[in-house]
Amino acid sequence: MKVALMVTCVNDVLFPGTGAAVVRLLERLGVEVDFPGAQTCCAQPMVNTGYLDEAVPAVRAFVDAFAGYDAVVTPSGSCAGSVRHQHAIVARRSGDPGLAAAVARTSPRTHELTEFLVDVLGVEDVGAYFPHTVAYHPTCHSLRMLGVGDRPTRLLRAVRGLRLVDLPAADQCCGFGGTFALKNADTSIAMGADKARHVRSTGAEVLVAGDNSCLMHIGGVLSRQRAGTRVAHLAEVLASTEEQR
Amino acid sequence: MSGTFLGMPPFPVAARAALADTQLRHNLAHATGTIRAKRADVVAEVDNWEELRVAGAAIKDNALRSLDATLLRLEKSLQDNGVTVHWARDAAEACSIVAAVALSHGVDEVVKVKSMATQEIGLNEALAEHGVAAWETDLAELIVQLGDDLPSHILVPAIHRNRAEIREVFRDRMAGAGKAAPDGLSDEPADLAAAARAHLREKFLRAKVAVSGANFAVAETGTLVVVESEGNGRMCLTLPEVLVSVVGIEKVVPTWTDLDVFFQLLPRSSTGERMNPYTSTWSGVAPGDGPREMHVVLLDNGRTRVLADEVGRQTLRCIRCSACLNVCPVYERTGGHAYGSVYPGPIGAILNPLMKGVGDDAQTDSLPYASTLCGACFEVCPVRIDIPEVLVHLRSRVVDAHRPGPPSAEALAMRAAGWVFGRARRLGAVERAAGLLSRALRGRRSLRWLPWPGSLWTGARDLPVPPRRAFRRLRSERR
Ligand code: SF4
Repeated sequence: MKVALMVTCVNDVLFPGTGAAVVRLLERLGVEVDFPGAQTCCAQPMVNTGYLDEAVPAVRAFVDAFAGYDAVVTPSGSCAGSVRHQHAIVARRSGDPGLAAAVARTSPRTHELTEFLVDVLGVEDVGAYFPHTVAYHPTCHSLRMLGVGDRPTRLLRAVRGLRLVDLPAADQCCGFGGTFALKNADTSIAMGADKARHVRSTGAEVLVAGDNSCLMHIGGVLSRQRAGTRVAHLAEVLASTEEQR
Repeated sequence: MSGTFLGMPPFPVAARAALADTQLRHNLAHATGTIRAKRADVVAEVDNWEELRVAGAAIKDNALRSLDATLLRLEKSLQDNGVTVHWARDAAEACSIVAAVALSHGVDEVVKVKSMATQEIGLNEALAEHGVAAWETDLAELIVQLGDDLPSHILVPAIHRNRAEIREVFRDRMAGAGKAAPDGLSDEPADLAAAARAHLREKFLRAKVAVSGANFAVAETGTLVVVESEGNGRMCLTLPEVLVSVVGIEKVVPTWTDLDVFFQLLPRSSTGERMNPYTSTWSGVAPGDGPREMHVVLLDNGRTRVLADEVGRQTLRCIRCSACLNVCPVYERTGGHAYGSVYPGPIGAILNPLMKGVGDDAQTDSLPYASTLCGACFEVCPVRIDIPEVLVHLRSRVVDAHRPGPPSAEALAMRAAGWVFGRARRLGAVERAAGLLSRALRGRRSLRWLPWPGSLWTGARDLPVPPRRAFRRLRSERR
């Protein structure tokens, strides 16, 4: 099986540690991962703001970069959702049947990290060690667009040393919403403040989620509050072992 | 109702004011939280809920696919039942039809059953211009009307008010509109309901003309259906001599048996009840029983425009249950007024732009963006309207409508992003620039302040500083 990492633009620029964690984790599980250098962005920022024409080049770059792989793995529920549900819309808009055909090949092969681990590799205990109290936020697109269900918490429960605590109102949106965070900044912050309040009420040291964009928002609020809770991507938790932390 | 949604600012501006209202935030969080939990409980009891949703969507889609024929069938059945049928292209036509009926009976007041369609067309204000007072008889609508307020929820228009505020409205305003509130009125729900009952009874017994909407219209039998919780609607539907019903053309269902599915979906989705308390159905004039003269106004007012939109047309399945409002994290914090329409929340964010069209006014164009696309609305919608899909579609229509003009800062930024993301080496160059910036910041891990537009982020959130090397760079160095 030829596997490619789709790191996502946000992780590429701001959180390279997450991409490195996915590679470390998958290699530990015996999967060799390529990083196709031609990849850029899933096009979601343009699509979700209404700019379909502007999204076409990114979708082209995506299908070119990942053609020929059996599986594309990404540490982002939101970007996986965009590939699976929105690329076809962009291809239709482009009026290019070739692009539509390429999208039809790559989209269904794209997996969010926990789907890939549980469904494709069939593992739940990835041999990780993370001795901290953790709360898990199920990001909306993982939860509702992809329906990852309890895969992330099953993976977390198998991590040695990790204590998982319940997050109140966990399934409520954190308020990030891509360009919503800027276009409706006040509402976004009101939602983020409530999410941060719930996170603090758990007493967790680390808030974990499968999407760094949501974590950047919640983490930004927690950091501004000097709350004493940090955020970490699920991949980084699953990648850490006693030897390498 | 003397309040008006006309001239409301775009959503982000209206939301900012609403978010600062701590009483509103508290009332809304409490009310939506309660009803959300109730709904979740009663929906969980139904094993075949998903099948019901699929069936509900299919019945509506079917009716919409042959809407022209189904409506003509409805008209024929209604006429056979002795009902006068009127067709209204828009709000103005519908209002003048209702006014003409009222004036032909020489009345200066009508009683009203709670109805979204009549609010949508601004009927109360239009009747007032003809010297006819329209009295709302739904308890929550009464609170809104007496308080010169605006509705903020489809089902519970006064959801933004708590009982202390309601007591004040009754105490100060009831006398001016009819029977006064009793002395020493408390804010106990039973006392407030008793005051409303005494106030409304007088109006029910006096009124000659009633105005209603309809939740469903059955083409096969010419039956209209009103679903309500208080029994006040039934008073209006049975006591007056004349009944005028304003019905959106998407309310039609082909057959009587279609109602079965909706009578299961609607109460559990809207009030969180297993069965609806008062379900009134009537099929035209029945001598000696109820109104002697009946009119039905079939209302378009933008609905055919919605039908013409391939992605948007699923919105016409809506049965106005308001489940999407109650689960919406944006609605829960801003309330309904910020949406500037009688249709607030997720359904309002798609229905208003679809009915009015986009590209003409900033308020309507702002609505599709009033969502994080979290998907909670789609999850609960009893007729499976994919609201996030329609929101994204409408955003592209808003953008497309503005393409001919000079580009906004946002449009330029998106063009630039589209260009950068078109080639990996362009993105690599941007990343190297970000790395230089990071070097200049000498090890700072987060930023607390940025100039506009970055301030939109840093106003209340720290922003991580990009590391010196992007992932792409780290990978190529490893090789
Ligand atoms: S869109 Fe769906 S959930 Fe919202 S009011 Fe209409 S039927 Fe109910």
